[in-house]
Amino acid sequence: MNFSFTDEQNLLRESVEKLVAAEYPFEVRRELAASEAGFSRELWRKFAELGWLGLGIPEDAGGVGGGPVETAVVMEALGAGLAVEPFLATVVMGASLLKHGEAARHDRLARLSAGELQLAFGFAERQSRYELANVETRAEPDAEDGFRITGTKSVVFNAPAADVVVVSARTAGGSRDREGLTVFALDSGAPGLHVREYRTMDGLRAGEVDLDGVRAGREDILGRAGEGIAVVEEAVNAGIVAACAEAAGIMTRMHRDTTLYLKHREQFGASLSSFQALQHRLVDMFMACELSRSMAYMAAVRLADPETEAAELRKAVAAAKVQIGRAGRFVGENAIQLHGGMGMTDEMPISHYFKRLVLIDSQFGDADHHLREMAGTAP
Amino acid sequence: MDLVLTPEERAFQAEVRTFIRERLPGDVRERTWSGARMDKEGQVRWEKILSERGWIAPNWPVEHGGTGWTPLQRYLFEEEMEAACAPPPMPFGVNMVGPVIIAFGTDEQKRRFLPRILSSDDWWCQGYSEPGAGSDLASLKTRAVRDGDHYVVNGQKTWTTAAQHADWIFCLVRTSQAAKRQEGISFLLIDMHSPGITVRPIRTMDGGEEINDTFFEDVRVPAENLIGEEGRGWTYAKFLLGHERTGIAGVSRSKAQIRRIREIAQNETSHGRPLAEDPRFRERLAEVEVELMALEYTILRIVSAMNAGTAPGPEASILKIKGTEIQQALTDVLMRTVGYYAHPEHPSAEPGANVAPIGPEHAAGLSARYFNWRKASIYGGSNEIQRNIIAKMVLGL
Repeated sequence: MNFSFTDEQNLLRESVEKLVAAEYPFEVRRELAASEAGFSRELWRKFAELGWLGLGIPEDAGGVGGGPVETAVVMEALGAGLAVEPFLATVVMGASLLKHGEAARHDRLARLSAGELQLAFGFAERQSRYELANVETRAEPDAEDGFRITGTKSVVFNAPAADVVVVSARTAGGSRDREGLTVFALDSGAPGLHVREYRTMDGLRAGEVDLDGVRAGREDILGRAGEGIAVVEEAVNAGIVAACAEAAGIMTRMHRDTTLYLKHREQFGASLSSFQALQHRLVDMFMACELSRSMAYMAAVRLADPETEAAELRKAVAAAKVQIGRAGRFVGENAIQLHGGMGMTDEMPISHYFKRLVLIDSQFGDADHHLREMAGTAP
Repeated sequence: MDLVLTPEERAFQAEVRTFIRERLPGDVRERTWSGARMDKEGQVRWEKILSERGWIAPNWPVEHGGTGWTPLQRYLFEEEMEAACAPPPMPFGVNMVGPVIIAFGTDEQKRRFLPRILSSDDWWCQGYSEPGAGSDLASLKTRAVRDGDHYVVNGQKTWTTAAQHADWIFCLVRTSQAAKRQEGISFLLIDMHSPGITVRPIRTMDGGEEINDTFFEDVRVPAENLIGEEGRGWTYAKFLLGHERTGIAGVSRSKAQIRRIREIAQNETSHGRPLAEDPRFRERLAEVEVELMALEYTILRIVSAMNAGTAPGPEASILKIKGTEIQQALTDVLMRTVGYYAHPEHPSAEPGANVAPIGPEHAAGLSARYFNWRKASIYGGSNEIQRNIIAKMVLGL
């Protein structure tokens, strides 16, 4: 057992923290979130030069290797800076998904690693809530040994910028069956693929992806036809672990900002941090941060270990997501409360961290959902 | 002990219910139901309807336009209003400055201000908090210096809700540097159209702009707009706080919110069934309902004591704390009903927007409301300050 980071992992963390400190003051984040693209293409190129975009992609496929722990290290540091760059949507999801493609299509992994490809993964639908196998989008065989895909994917993160849109679709079975799902990687410009773009409350970009008879060939399938649930679950597990690390970075930053605010703010002739009731609140928030970080690392290590059994991994990932979801509400709501009226303002970074933290809870399934996954009580 | 209303009380309840059903404009009801942002035109339209019926200020003495209702009748009225999604009158005139003018104002001030509050022709806002004076309100710095028959006001107020819509602001200002800070504070009524006043909207995290910074630069205020005596403003402000509390728990509003959550849950799915049938969801909602019942019966005990002639004490702080905690818990449950559709900024939630909804129509504005409603445990004396009040005034600690 060893919970320390390797020298390489520490160097990676330092390099992300350094970039965030140097190039990501909050005003930059604010401008990027409001900009046309919603993030910085220039920073994205820099991420590529630093090798971060090849994380989780084998070196022989054009990546830099590394796994969930390295990804968590990057996500935690990006979370602390509240970066809007689509690292989660493109790199974490993309590395997991595209490696299931035919070898002939592995150029996509190299392009992703080089910063030349943006990706979005549409796995949720109106009726699905957080149930991954609940898919009504249909892929019907066409006359040329391919498929025509029809349906709508909900709240697809990074869809506006995506070059490749990956979707789950049903090639067989009923709308909640685990069997009969197939995952396709589509060009975002494919005829019949339409994205209704929008901003999200936490400063990111997403869209509703309409598929109106979009043509896909067999070479566009990721994994095996009819067994796509495994591909979806693997990507979502990677996403959850990354999101947990991001949340840990956000929480710690919110706790730090709140502590500083209370030290600085004077009322009744004393700094607010001198009031014991508020000190105890800060302590409870601190504990929640540390417990969350432990769970984020635990889940990353489990995911990184090829020996981890499927049931064990499911439990680890679900438990981490429950912890992060609950602690996120607790730390976030108290951080706003302790900032008083200032916490409510758009002007203060704390409110932006709060919005991202709250919405991480519902990304990939909220705490209620994963509690039931753990307890085995999902209907 | 019993929980039965008398036939007279039931008749009263029916009368109120019928009136609201017949007279509340549909668009105003719809905005309140969906949690849309306040719209002044609709609000005034409804307030004038209440005013014509004589029901705009039930808490005022009859001779000034009140209703003469018992505390229980007032409670039943508030219940019926909230249950029917009728927005309550804006509190700043009717609940806040009105009672202060009635208790401490001159006859001339009463003649001048009260009728226009009752008719909703004057809108008021509250000038209490300052950037350096939040929970510690007595540290406020906005100065009013006497110059002949005027005061000259300089300073800044913050979190002024509805300042952009207001005709008047009631302000706590410093008129002397008395040794005891509270004794240097006076209560001044200021015309918002006066030269030297600047209102700057504050954007909140939900994207709304309902609160403002209000700046005063050499604003000349006739001395006749002083309430009561110079240096006694703190006493009047404390009196006003007692009047601010009665409806603060928002029990019936929370009940209406629960009805809305149930309705949405019928139209959402979870594991292939309506969300409304999902055990986890039902339990989460039931947990809040238990809290709400406990609060409701606590209020009824207080109202019952008031009916018997006992004035409500600092126990009202319980209502503020629990009421706002429940409201916040419900905004959370509400946001959870729509799963991933908590994420988008919903352009269809904006007033007058004519765009197709993103996802289900009912999802618009739900997460914005959750974020916006974090304010409830901060405003009106933060819940931490309310706990201090209970510790000191109720428990004698």
